[in-house]
Amino acid sequence: MSGFSWDWAFAWSVLPALLEGLSVTVQATAAGSLIALPFGLLWCILRLADIPVLSFVVRFMVEFLRGTPFLVQLYFIFYVLPKYGIIFSPLATGIFALGVYSSARAAEFYRAALEAIPAGQWEASLTLGLPIGKVWTRIILPQMWPIVAPMLGNLVIAMFKDTAVLSTITVLEVVARAKDAGFQTFRYLEPLTIAGILFWIVSYSAARFLRRLEDRHAR
Amino acid sequence: MDAILPYLPFLLGGISVTLQITFAAIALAVPVAFVLAAGRMSRWAPARWGAGFVIETFRGTSAVVQLFWAFYVLPFFGINLSPMVCGILVLGLNEGSFFSEVVRASLKSIPPGQREAAAALHLPGFYTFRRVILPQALPVMVPPFGNALVLMLKFSALVSLVTIQDLTFRAGLITTSIGRSGEVYGIVLVIYFVMALALAAAVMVLEYYVNRAAGRDVGALRSFFSGGRSTVPAWAFWR
Repeated sequence: MSGFSWDWAFAWSVLPALLEGLSVTVQATAAGSLIALPFGLLWCILRLADIPVLSFVVRFMVEFLRGTPFLVQLYFIFYVLPKYGIIFSPLATGIFALGVYSSARAAEFYRAALEAIPAGQWEASLTLGLPIGKVWTRIILPQMWPIVAPMLGNLVIAMFKDTAVLSTITVLEVVARAKDAGFQTFRYLEPLTIAGILFWIVSYSAARFLRRLEDRHAR
Repeated sequence: MDAILPYLPFLLGGISVTLQITFAAIALAVPVAFVLAAGRMSRWAPARWGAGFVIETFRGTSAVVQLFWAFYVLPFFGINLSPMVCGILVLGLNEGSFFSEVVRASLKSIPPGQREAAAALHLPGFYTFRRVILPQALPVMVPPFGNALVLMLKFSALVSLVTIQDLTFRAGLITTSIGRSGEVYGIVLVIYFVMALALAAAVMVLEYYVNRAAGRDVGALRSFFSGGRSTVPAWAFWR
């Protein structure tokens, strides 16, 4: 099949729908992050706190979420929640699944950052008799933040790209709309290429922005 | 559970498909990563740009988009790949782009004195790479390779979207014919988790041998559930 080429008119005609899809993608990423970042911290604390049964359960849950594909987790949640009478829209289900999956990844980042702080910092604080609240707010968190912030930034970028998986449960984000447009016209070239470019623009500029923040912090 | 039992052999048949794709894709990803890392570190500017372009393209766009692109768009250009080849190619190139950064970082972690000493001894370039640089860089790469392998296993579920009959695809077929999606996907999640544990354990064994072969301190094997006390004292959360 030769002579197949890029059709600008068609490309322009699908662009508005794809941009609408992009806004859904961004919303899903933002809402998913609002679940993932705080809950990741919670899992990390519960895991490190050595609470007899709970810590083990949280540890297992985090490893399980990290060891299984997001796509299958999404299907599981999508089909199982309604059986218990919990009926969300596909978008809400997708955000929930993305948030839960990413919270497990975030938990590992928080843990890595916390454990990067030498034990001596804790011991010195103990020796000085600082109250535990002060140890956290004045000693530990200020050292932990510069380590964990870039990791969390990268996680949010990864979540942004993971939202493409939500197209499988009929969430009308970029990829779903690109596939729809392609299916109706049997021209997949323009919609899918534009979808890829949109993903690239957002994630690349976000990554650049993140690197600039990091550099500023390093100085 | 009884309703699923007759379908179980069909479902479990998907395991071998999933593993085939995982291993084929990682086997592609590693050489791709080395080539891209070499390109990025090259003194020749076009090689740097080319490798940079490939890496940024695959890292910046979503894997799902790449997969659909290879599946739906390439045939329009007269490139007809089987779904299997599509899946392996996209997963391998995608993960290779990410892993190239690991390769580059671990090659850079070798002190420049090693290269200079080899040059002073008049060792040929490739010999230097093979006998001096690589044996020192390899142990650094193994733990992230383990992560990449487990990632690839999870990643491979995406190929079900382009009609490859892997574990996830078969689960979809079964649920459309008998329902019971909760049980079926629950079983599939457990299977993936067990495979991930097995792969992680295998990489730990690999780590042991690579470290030993490189004459490094072997030490205790890292536990998958990362046992051992952390640097964070328990009283940090209690008092």
